[in-house]
Amino acid sequence: MQGFSDFNKTLQPSIREFRMSFYLLNRNRLQRISLIVIVLLVLVAVFAPFIAPYPGHAISDTNPDDKLQPPSTRYWFGTDELGRDMLSRVIYGTRISLQTALIAVGMALLIGVPLGAIAGGLGGVMDEIIMRITDVFLSFPPLLLAIAISAFMGPNLRNAMLAIIISWWPWYTRIIRGQAVSIRERQFVRAARAIGTPKMTIIFKHILPNTFAPVIVQASMDIGGVILTIAALSFLGLGAQPPTPEWGLLISTSRTYFLNAWWYSTFPGIAIFITVLVFNLIGDGMREVLDPKTRKF
Amino acid sequence: MKRFILRRLLLGIIVMLGVAFITFFLTRVIPSDPAAKWVGPRATVEQIAKARIDLGLDQPLHVQFFKYMGDLLQGNLGNSLRSRRPIVLELKENLPATIELVLISTIAAVFIGIPLGVISANRKGQWIDHLSRLFSVGVVSLPTFWVGLILQLLFFRTLHIFPLGGQLSTEIKLTMEIPKITGFLMFDSLVTGNFRILMDALWHTVLPGITIGLYPVGLVARMTRSALLEILYEDYITAARSYGLTERIVLWSYALKNSIGSTSTVVALSIGYTLVNTFLTESIFSWPGIGSYIASAVIGLDYPAIMGVTIFSAFSYVILNLVADIIIALDPRVRA
Repeated sequence: MQGFSDFNKTLQPSIREFRMSFYLLNRNRLQRISLIVIVLLVLVAVFAPFIAPYPGHAISDTNPDDKLQPPSTRYWFGTDELGRDMLSRVIYGTRISLQTALIAVGMALLIGVPLGAIAGGLGGVMDEIIMRITDVFLSFPPLLLAIAISAFMGPNLRNAMLAIIISWWPWYTRIIRGQAVSIRERQFVRAARAIGTPKMTIIFKHILPNTFAPVIVQASMDIGGVILTIAALSFLGLGAQPPTPEWGLLISTSRTYFLNAWWYSTFPGIAIFITVLVFNLIGDGMREVLDPKTRKF
Repeated sequence: MKRFILRRLLLGIIVMLGVAFITFFLTRVIPSDPAAKWVGPRATVEQIAKARIDLGLDQPLHVQFFKYMGDLLQGNLGNSLRSRRPIVLELKENLPATIELVLISTIAAVFIGIPLGVISANRKGQWIDHLSRLFSVGVVSLPTFWVGLILQLLFFRTLHIFPLGGQLSTEIKLTMEIPKITGFLMFDSLVTGNFRILMDALWHTVLPGITIGLYPVGLVARMTRSALLEILYEDYITAARSYGLTERIVLWSYALKNSIGSTSTVVALSIGYTLVNTFLTESIFSWPGIGSYIASAVIGLDYPAIMGVTIFSAFSYVILNLVADIIIALDPRVRA
């Protein structure tokens, strides 16, 4: 029990800090709405089989009698060329997009953050090597490296995700490194060094926990960015493959029919737009709340 | 100044070497049989064997890499699998149409995005600021390819104002001689005084131009606003105001000048985004540029062509960033 209460005590300031940030974030109307929408999206993704009116239409079932029907009370978002309910497919698409985006951003963080901390915390040759490698990765225009990688690894959703992870981690390395460099010479780190704390312990226990704020902001915006990228790769034929109801792929297949079936491309696009928008808005809000310069009580 | 540029150039070369290394790794090391991948799924056994020798795959990796670099330096990107023609040649033919689009969107980013950001920063918290922020965060959240389709639905299918795609009307293509001097359609028709072609070309550029331009306008507006907001609280701005300078001079000349660093970086970044967005939109508008080229290469599994576009775009992006950094170096504070 002793250990637990100690743990609790050390955590308390950060819990208080978190609640304060949450309060500030929640105070802004636009950000409150965004938070609510994100919660709703997560619920839709988790409970997709129960919400979708025709869960079978999400993957395998076809319904040739009702193909390319405009929106109606029966099919709110209309149907596609195989008569599948677009609403059900868009709902299942939420699942795919959120899941892949979370995994991709999570993995990129897992690679990028420790590397950035090591580069910034150690300095010297190691710093130079790691940062020049990130320079090379960041010198590809956004999306381009992901296109090349997924083209060469073979087009499927898993490879698209890998491609995004490979092209995304350097951003986090760069941000964390910048933070770590500025913290490296602070008093508490010097104190730790003076009493002989091992280098890696200093980096991961003393420096790293203090570098998180800007990365959290970046990561939340990147969820939107990754969703856009996955959709773009699928649109080009390099991501999800039919019959997966991935949003970008839905728009891509709609191209053959959309001039006479406006609903086919419209709804998946709106789904992408709203999802990316709310993550961007939350990211913006977090930046204002977490940055001491713009933080207002 | 000279030393800074020299150092930056050296760094640029190192980065380009790195880019070449990554593309080498991607094409020659990752695939289980690079030769088979390089000649495509329909190749015969003899073709694969020949490719193995052409690519130097029978030699050690470091020899392969030197050969690869040698080819790159000579501008040899291999032949397209579909047309059997040199990729460099095909890139050259497709480049002007893409550059036209990229230029239009960059001009929009600079002449709409920057003023929008300045006004927004100046009127922070007022309705015009809210509106412009909502606009800029909105357009960077839009999937570009979807915007293209929606514009086609609206302005072609429903309102019949703009054409569906292409660079020129079929009627003009059939009845008139299209001038070919530089390959830039608008420039060529302007120089030769073919105003009908010019107007037609402009008309065809509107929808793809808007589709491609929205993102950079939003991005630049957003960045300009946040860069200016930091500057507007600085003492020298207060000083300038207290001298009685008009707000217009304070804003557009004193404050904006100091944000040139972050603005030019973001313009370079937005050109990178635009280039990649052409990959997603050109095929929608049957625009005969690099974007359509890579989109059809992806569908046709034309790996040399995909790699050619990748290398070309990455190198131009590196050079672009180099230029942006040198512009930033005009700011004496950075040089120190």
